[in-house]
Amino acid sequence: MNQDPVSQNDQERLGELVTINIGPSHPAMHGTLRVVTVTDGETIVKAEPEIGYLHRGVEKLGESLTYHQFIPITDRLNYCSAITNNVSYEMAVEKLMGIEVPEKAQLVRVIMMELARIADHEVCVGILGVDLGAFTPFFYLIIQREEIYEIFEWYNGARLTNTFGRIGGLDADLPDDFEERWRELKPNLRKANEETEKLLTHNRIWMDRTIGVSAFSPEDALNWGFTGPCLRACGVKRDLRKDETYCMYDQFDFEVPVGKNGDVFDRYKVRMIEMEESIKIIDQAYKLYKEMPADAPLKARVPKVIKPPVGEVYSALESPNGELGFFVRSDGSNKAYRIKIRPPCYMIYQAFNDLVKGEMIADLIACISSLNVVAGELDR
Amino acid sequence: MEGWVIAIIKVVFIWAWVLLIATVMTWVERRGAAMMQDRLGPNRAGPFGLFQPLADGIKLFTKEEVLPKKAHKVLWSLGPLLFALPAFSAYAVMPFGDKIVLGGKEIILQVSNVNIGFLYILAIGSLAVYGIVLGGWGSNNKFSILGGLRSTAQLISYEVPLGLALLAIVFVYGTFSLRDIALAQQGTFLGFLPNWGIFKQPLGFILFMVAIYAEANRVPFDLPEAESEIVAGYHTEYGSMELGLYLFGEYVNLVTLSSLIVVLYFGAWHIPYIDVSKFLGPVSWGIVSFLIFYLKVSFFLWLFVWVRWTIPRFRYDQVMGLGWKALIPLALFNLFITALFIQLAA
Repeated sequence: MNQDPVSQNDQERLGELVTINIGPSHPAMHGTLRVVTVTDGETIVKAEPEIGYLHRGVEKLGESLTYHQFIPITDRLNYCSAITNNVSYEMAVEKLMGIEVPEKAQLVRVIMMELARIADHEVCVGILGVDLGAFTPFFYLIIQREEIYEIFEWYNGARLTNTFGRIGGLDADLPDDFEERWRELKPNLRKANEETEKLLTHNRIWMDRTIGVSAFSPEDALNWGFTGPCLRACGVKRDLRKDETYCMYDQFDFEVPVGKNGDVFDRYKVRMIEMEESIKIIDQAYKLYKEMPADAPLKARVPKVIKPPVGEVYSALESPNGELGFFVRSDGSNKAYRIKIRPPCYMIYQAFNDLVKGEMIADLIACISSLNVVAGELDR
Repeated sequence: MEGWVIAIIKVVFIWAWVLLIATVMTWVERRGAAMMQDRLGPNRAGPFGLFQPLADGIKLFTKEEVLPKKAHKVLWSLGPLLFALPAFSAYAVMPFGDKIVLGGKEIILQVSNVNIGFLYILAIGSLAVYGIVLGGWGSNNKFSILGGLRSTAQLISYEVPLGLALLAIVFVYGTFSLRDIALAQQGTFLGFLPNWGIFKQPLGFILFMVAIYAEANRVPFDLPEAESEIVAGYHTEYGSMELGLYLFGEYVNLVTLSSLIVVLYFGAWHIPYIDVSKFLGPVSWGIVSFLIFYLKVSFFLWLFVWVRWTIPRFRYDQVMGLGWKALIPLALFNLFITALFIQLAA
């Protein structure tokens, strides 16, 4: 750990400062995050995150597993939205092999990824509420996430770690009664979001606790490599779904919400709006899906043993947290030579000290929840 | 001699009664939370999970006591006691009904009708902060110390508006005795308004409510034990019945504070426009007044639960800001207006 804790001026009054070790086992440190905090009373002088408590050698595992065997490992990155990780990895290998995925499979991917996005945002917003002391919205949201997991479960039996899709497409079509289930789920999702907004958005305490807390300028955000809702909250309109489109996202009509101050409130608000936009995308994608012939292929023609040509590729998509990229280098064998994962929250978490410096301990908790740092994809 | 027996009966009765309410309160809190959050809550132990508090009690009693290394042994064990004792003793001056006439002897439903009831409650209530501070300090844990410090600042700051709001009540009723205040709230004034404290002191009531939520360490003022920030604040290190005393003392506090609200602002055992005591015998009126009183108390107990599961928590500096920049000036203003009215009326 870097042992240069505080500036010269602070050094002199080091006797007055207290080092508080928050995590890796702490109610608000989701998973196993750890922040070594130097505080002056309740004000944070320095907050140094220490990572690696959930390191499982995911990238190294990629070198000793075949391409298909690695898909279940990607589930364990951001476990709140495993499907996005799966698709991101599959897209990287497909790009390396030059495979064109059939449109129907792409649409199913979009539907499932957007469901995963809603689930991820629901967890993030709910936990943010819990960390700020508002316990009830969490349950409204988590019940709806449970319903989304029902859809996942009924697609392929898995709820959390979905192992969705195959390289080149899908192994299974959407089950027949998706339309029915979605029609049932949609109003409930909207209602849960509405109730959450009623409880939080215009609540004076909530506004006081979130507006202006850990605000970040767009320049800083870009320099630190922010992506996803945290970047959009700063006012930068960047969304890979629109800017570097994939999976037919260019055919859907949806808004990319942006914030103004990049504070906790804007991050919360951006996520709330994104959930609504995701619902719209699912509707449109399902409409297109319905127009496809029933016997349209779900999988491109791929060899039984995946052996991409020698070469390397980087492919990224807009995961709920931001840009989730996979770098895959192949030496022509059936295992990757190197897999490097670019998780969105790794870049965001770097700036943590700058985000919370000078704020109070309670703000640190609010900040870490609003960034949605997931230990699984942070430590890999 | 007979007076002693009656006093002891009253003490034992109200002690058991408050304990019972506090116990049921832990159940109400959990079931109430579950109701608001679309889930079931504890429902295994007994009908509707009503025996859950009992099971929790047994669990806490039979658990091992763990003393952290380098904890201050005396302060450590003093903390929970100092927190729970004031909570129980504050009820000594609380009226909980009108009176019962038994065998020609008039028994007032109050353990002790002292003429400084007010000051007693304020004094005893302030003692509870020692339990929190000493427990937090003695634990030798940084989170505990933070919790203890937060509660010191918070409780001391909010005692000022609380005291000022109460002072206005004293202006209105001209007495420190809680029973006299309760009795004075019968009937109506200005022809149509019930003679309740809330109608005579609307602003004072709001200030009092806010201050009470802070005094009880309840959301949105539960900073001393904000579980997402400082783990569990002052009782992070506590376990077994020492933790039980903290948790239970909090509910006893809630009962005391809710009773105080009812006595001061909601007419104690009076029902507006109707003098029920005229229709009932001396014994039955005593029981009915007792029931009316606790019906009102239960509403405010429920309000505590309701608020807790609805709104988020303040930040430390915001709590201080609200206390010193909003509540105290308002309380002074309220005092001034009250004094002015009384002067003009006289």
